[in-house]
Amino acid sequence: MSSANHHESRPDTLAARVKAATGISLAQCYQCGKCAAGCPVSEEMDLTPCQVLRLLQYGQDKYDEKAMRSAGIWLCLSCETCSTRCPQEVEIPKIMDVVRAEALKRGIAHPKSKDILAFHRAFLDSVEQTGRLYEIGLVANYKLRSGHFMKDVMLAPKMYVRGKLGLLPHMIKGTAAVKRIFKRTLGSKG
Amino acid sequence: MSRIGVFTCHCGENIAGTVDCPKVAELSRQIPGVVHSVDYKYMCSDPGQTLIKEAIKEHKLDGVVVAACSPRMHEPTFRKAAAEAGVNPYLCEMANLREHCSWVHEKNEATTQKAADLVRVMVEKVKHDTPLTPIKVPVTKTALVVGGGIAGIQTALDIANAGHQVVLVEKSPSIGGHMSQLSETFPTLDCSQCILTPRMVEAAQHPNIKLMTYSEVEKVDGFIGNFKVTVRKKAKKVDEKACTGCGLCVTKCPNKKIPDEFNEGLAFRPAIYVPFPQAVPNKPTIDTANCTYFKNGKCGVCSKVCPTGAIRYEQEDELITMDIGAIVMATGFKLMKTDKFPEYGYGKYKDVIDGMQFERLASASGPTAGVIKRPSDGKEPETVVFIACSGSRDRAKGVPYCSKICCMYTAKHTMLYKHKVHHGQAYVFYMDIRSAGKDYDEFVRRAIEEDEAKYIRGRVSRIYEEDGKLIVKGADTLMNGEPVEIKADMVVLATAVQSQDCSEDLAQTLHISYDKYGFFAEAHPKLRPVETNTAGIFLAGACQAPRDIPETVAQGSAAGAKVAALFSQDELTREPIVAVVNRQAPPLFSTCTGCFLCQTACPYQAIEQEEIKDRSGRVIKTVAKVNPGLCQGCGTCVAFCRTKAIDLAGFSNEQLFAELMTL
Repeated sequence: MSSANHHESRPDTLAARVKAATGISLAQCYQCGKCAAGCPVSEEMDLTPCQVLRLLQYGQDKYDEKAMRSAGIWLCLSCETCSTRCPQEVEIPKIMDVVRAEALKRGIAHPKSKDILAFHRAFLDSVEQTGRLYEIGLVANYKLRSGHFMKDVMLAPKMYVRGKLGLLPHMIKGTAAVKRIFKRTLGSKG
Repeated sequence: MSRIGVFTCHCGENIAGTVDCPKVAELSRQIPGVVHSVDYKYMCSDPGQTLIKEAIKEHKLDGVVVAACSPRMHEPTFRKAAAEAGVNPYLCEMANLREHCSWVHEKNEATTQKAADLVRVMVEKVKHDTPLTPIKVPVTKTALVVGGGIAGIQTALDIANAGHQVVLVEKSPSIGGHMSQLSETFPTLDCSQCILTPRMVEAAQHPNIKLMTYSEVEKVDGFIGNFKVTVRKKAKKVDEKACTGCGLCVTKCPNKKIPDEFNEGLAFRPAIYVPFPQAVPNKPTIDTANCTYFKNGKCGVCSKVCPTGAIRYEQEDELITMDIGAIVMATGFKLMKTDKFPEYGYGKYKDVIDGMQFERLASASGPTAGVIKRPSDGKEPETVVFIACSGSRDRAKGVPYCSKICCMYTAKHTMLYKHKVHHGQAYVFYMDIRSAGKDYDEFVRRAIEEDEAKYIRGRVSRIYEEDGKLIVKGADTLMNGEPVEIKADMVVLATAVQSQDCSEDLAQTLHISYDKYGFFAEAHPKLRPVETNTAGIFLAGACQAPRDIPETVAQGSAAGAKVAALFSQDELTREPIVAVVNRQAPPLFSTCTGCFLCQTACPYQAIEQEEIKDRSGRVIKTVAKVNPGLCQGCGTCVAFCRTKAIDLAGFSNEQLFAELMTL
């Protein structure tokens, strides 16, 4: 039960951070639930997108934390089905990004986030280095990061035969430019 | 021998689906007195009516039976067709084959037989029908509008602008009503008094409007076009002609501790007072219940200071009787008080107020000059909780209906609060947000998105005081019913809109119907929304159901248009289905014995006493007489009459017995 009254104008609420980072006002959401109804992964979520938004609308630490600790925010694929259909034009994936980043920063991200994050990072490494997706590099990187060394190994021969696993990366021409983009957006590794 | 035509309608499949209509037509042809019988797909259509008219001429019919739907639907249609073909319209009757037969029975032989029987009954009635002529009654072209709020003002102005006389009666010392108490109005946030006061002044100055403030309707007699209304003009104890409205008496009155009704008890007023600065008329009234002079005969300060000697302690109530043609009820509503809520502190917490009190706090003309200060200690509240549906949609509190205006005014309150207390936070507990209306939902969204009101979906279960704060306990049903507790500085209850305390008595005085909540009943919820079941009495505004200002004004104008239409004729035509006392010549032979049981039985006060005199003027007998203007043709008197001296034209005993005898 909440006891303190916190106001949205307070700058340290998640809602205020969302507003500062994306320009989206949480007050726009009127809790119709269309996002949750259309979300392809909402059935797997402990908190559906609209529930996350409802928590943030309060602007109270307790509810902010509940949102940040949820596993659901990590399952969001940013497929944008929700924001495409949202009657109030709330861009939920952008909000999810802010919540996830904040959860990581505070070290309260759900354990489920580990593998998901490992995959994200492996993917970004691949893009940073080659300018595109380098499958074997990505797989190796992900396995190192996640520790799931033997998982799905039996798929590799089949994929190789069908030409889905190139041994060497295909580099793009402007890899230097890509690296500069990474540097500009992330500073060092994010 | 009669020459009656029977016209059986299929009503598409409505009748023909279960009744064998050609068979009914054929059976009808065999009834003695019927000379013509046909069936047709839609008798009410143009070709159908033509068919009847031509048959009347061709077969020289002197009576018509249309076997179709309920007479409530198309009786006027067919009677008009009959009249156009030269038959008295009251010799045209309808057999109800649809509501009374086809819609309520299966398709079989018996259903068709019943349809044929219904036709036979009506043929018998037509044989005993007599030609009737519509009744003409004169119209007094003066309207009475009861209630001087925005509904009454609008109605009065519209009728007056149509060129008719209006008497506007208001029970309090000034017109203006609830609207004059509001700070701003949704969805535009324009100042209520700024838009209302010009109308008040216009009503007061209009040459066709006679204003009667501090007055109440005492008695209503008569009927449409010819009401006799008695109004009690309560004594203001001030000579309105002599008073210049200087206000010296108001400032000098020593008794200044009377809770001010206009400010909803948030301020005080003296015993001689003008309700608010823009009051119309702007002349003071003495509140005799609180005046020291009237309590113990001492004081008299107002009389001493009055420069024109306008104080009249001896002034008495006046009873004024007027001839009125039409009445518009615009008596408005009241708000449920906060003491009706034990769970919210029984009204004992000073900072738990109702919506109208918040209006006064936010109003520039209010006790705080528009600064939001809580009543207990005058501090600026930093957290305010608004509770919508306080008492509304609450069967346990006797108000299962939606009060309609609260969603909107609560949104408005959160905005007014935020505009005045920038760092404040408004919370709204609600069940649904009902904001149907032009620019209404956008307005509510603005309160949430721009003025940062936090809306929590759920009812508040309890409020209690702790350390100078009001603890509001609710739950958020959008978060699986998670309990929510808010420490508030002030709580505003959007309490239920209810009918005025006097509404039931008033309805009985006027003989109009009202619902179980005391709201006046309209004649038809969709098609006759501003008429009552009593001819010549109309409704406007929140006396009928909770209404907002735009709807009230629209209804006021609608009622005004109805009155103007009524006054556009010099005479009214009424259905001649009225009771008649047997008076065959010579009058002495009237079978009425003068017991006047009928007079007590009549719900419409339509029975009068008439003296039969001989040539020398000596009264030889007193008998009953029906006032055809008042009689509604219900037939109660007929049932009561012991000597069978009263009969109902168009539904005589003879006719009804003839109908029964055919079965």
